[in-house]
Amino acid sequence: MATHIANSYTPPAELARVQRLGFLIGIALLVVSVIAALLVPIPGLRRQFFHSYLLAYVFWIGIALGSLALLMVQHLAGGAWGVVIRRVLESSTRTLPLMGILFLPILFGMHDLYHWSDSEAVRETEMLRLKSAYLNIPFFIIRTVIYFAIWGTLVYFLNKWSAEQDETADIRFAKRMQTLSGPGLVLFALTVTFAAVDWVMSLDPEWYSTIFGILFMGGWGLSALSFTIAVAVLLANREPLRGVLLARHFHDLGKLLLAFVMLWAYFNLSQFLIIWWANLPEEVPWYLRRVTGGWQVIGVSLMIFHFALPFLLLLRRDLKRNPRLLSIVAVLVIVMRFIDSLWLIVPELYKNPQRPYEGHFGLSLFDLIVPLGVGALWLAWFAWQLSKRPLLPINDPLLDKALHGGGGH
Amino acid sequence: MPRRHRDEVKSKKLVFIYMVCILCASVAKFVEDRSMSEIVVDNETGPPIFGVIAEFDTTDAVVAAARRSYEEGYRRMDAYSPFPIEELTEALGIKHTRLPLLIFAGGAAGLLGGFFMQYYMTALDYQHNIGGRPLNSWPAFIPVTFETTILLASITAVFGMIMLNGLPQPYHPVFNVPRFELASRDRFFLVIEADDPKFDRDRTTSFLQTLNAREVSDVEA
Repeated sequence: MATHIANSYTPPAELARVQRLGFLIGIALLVVSVIAALLVPIPGLRRQFFHSYLLAYVFWIGIALGSLALLMVQHLAGGAWGVVIRRVLESSTRTLPLMGILFLPILFGMHDLYHWSDSEAVRETEMLRLKSAYLNIPFFIIRTVIYFAIWGTLVYFLNKWSAEQDETADIRFAKRMQTLSGPGLVLFALTVTFAAVDWVMSLDPEWYSTIFGILFMGGWGLSALSFTIAVAVLLANREPLRGVLLARHFHDLGKLLLAFVMLWAYFNLSQFLIIWWANLPEEVPWYLRRVTGGWQVIGVSLMIFHFALPFLLLLRRDLKRNPRLLSIVAVLVIVMRFIDSLWLIVPELYKNPQRPYEGHFGLSLFDLIVPLGVGALWLAWFAWQLSKRPLLPINDPLLDKALHGGGGH
Repeated sequence: MPRRHRDEVKSKKLVFIYMVCILCASVAKFVEDRSMSEIVVDNETGPPIFGVIAEFDTTDAVVAAARRSYEEGYRRMDAYSPFPIEELTEALGIKHTRLPLLIFAGGAAGLLGGFFMQYYMTALDYQHNIGGRPLNSWPAFIPVTFETTILLASITAVFGMIMLNGLPQPYHPVFNVPRFELASRDRFFLVIEADDPKFDRDRTTSFLQTLNAREVSDVEA
């Protein structure tokens, strides 16, 4: 079986098209929006652009980093569910170099995004002065470099050993990837927590929530899983995976998706309940800005379409075993992941510093175009990486069990 | 306590014990009737039998046999295995069970019950100002609501499964087959039951013999 796939392997033809088209569309959309942000003389358009860009960045890197986490979980815990999607996960993680390059615009937009980067404001506000040992520009850049160094190391070795396993069929590589994944997940949890605090939470430097990093871990894991399911369904209809990915594989992935949807709701409720219950003036405005002035519509739609609807749908066994229906739910979850990122980031842009407990609704065309542009580039890079290697880890010790059943969970 | 009143209590107790006895007796009768109803007397060919049993060495063989029997038109059949086999349920033609629906109903009852229990207590029955929060502090009710949902759903799952499987079942004819104890070790069994419309003692036996069965025998009722 393994050699059969290796010998006859040609990547699906669509991947090359996605790569070319994604690259062109991505460049076009980003160039147009950068030019608009620089040249159109509307006050605040620059700030709007960078907030939309941060939204796009946080959403798309979530798929890459969530895939890294799922990949490590699979290496660590084993299980057939992850073997069939491993190449998709690995390709997502290999978009990290692109995300590293795409971080640079955020550095240019720091003054537009982060109030604490303004030295004038730091001098005037005591709270910012006290926090400036952590929240300052050089340390922010150093920390981001450290995150990327750690993520990059994990991505590099997991992909390198996986490729060597394909070539040599040496069982040692499976063991090595497992050994790396344990400490890797610990490092991942720490770096994602700090990254979430730096990139998103510090948009409001006064506010803090200790569960914020975990919110991102769960959310990004969910983004990655639903994206992977959608890609797996597309691949299952094409050679060489036609007839290889079966209903029971999707059944397993659907169960995992259900668990992640519940996990997301659980983390969010944990944060909300504690802040709502305590009702402290330094914590609660962050939520007030998101449940008043129009943002409550988005908040309620998150409860319904990010949790309740996918939860109820995924309870059904026949839906999880039907790839087409499952992919529809996965796409719904991806869209809602985007709305969730928007709900976290954009209300900060419309904050009135004098009245921070009031929400002001506002959206811009940038909130659509910039994420689409970054996404097109990301997808192009992803398709390029996906076409590089066979779609199944052909020499993985678990592959046979994954393909031929026998209650492999 | 006046004597008359004590007697009344005593007689109530007696009535209760009596009712429990009746209940137990009717449950026992019900269980007995159920196991009796599965026996079909085939007068032409000898003593009554429950069905015909075939023994297989591998999971693949029993799944294939179940699939073939279903294609052949048999519906009243069952398979026995030392461990769960995912494809077997499907091969036996068991498509829908009412259990998921029951569990969902149990979960929904837990959700509504849990929420309105708290709503009733804090917003209606025992109104208290707790830190100025609204009486119906629904976000605070969610953790308990979640727990009661899971609790009732899982209780329904366990007891619903037991009920729908017709358990407890003190007697089952299949244990009359001496080799059947291997079903909890390394053998797989397929039984075609005698109340299947297509069942015919000789023809069913010879049909099962064509399915790579290791051994085919009658199951005494």
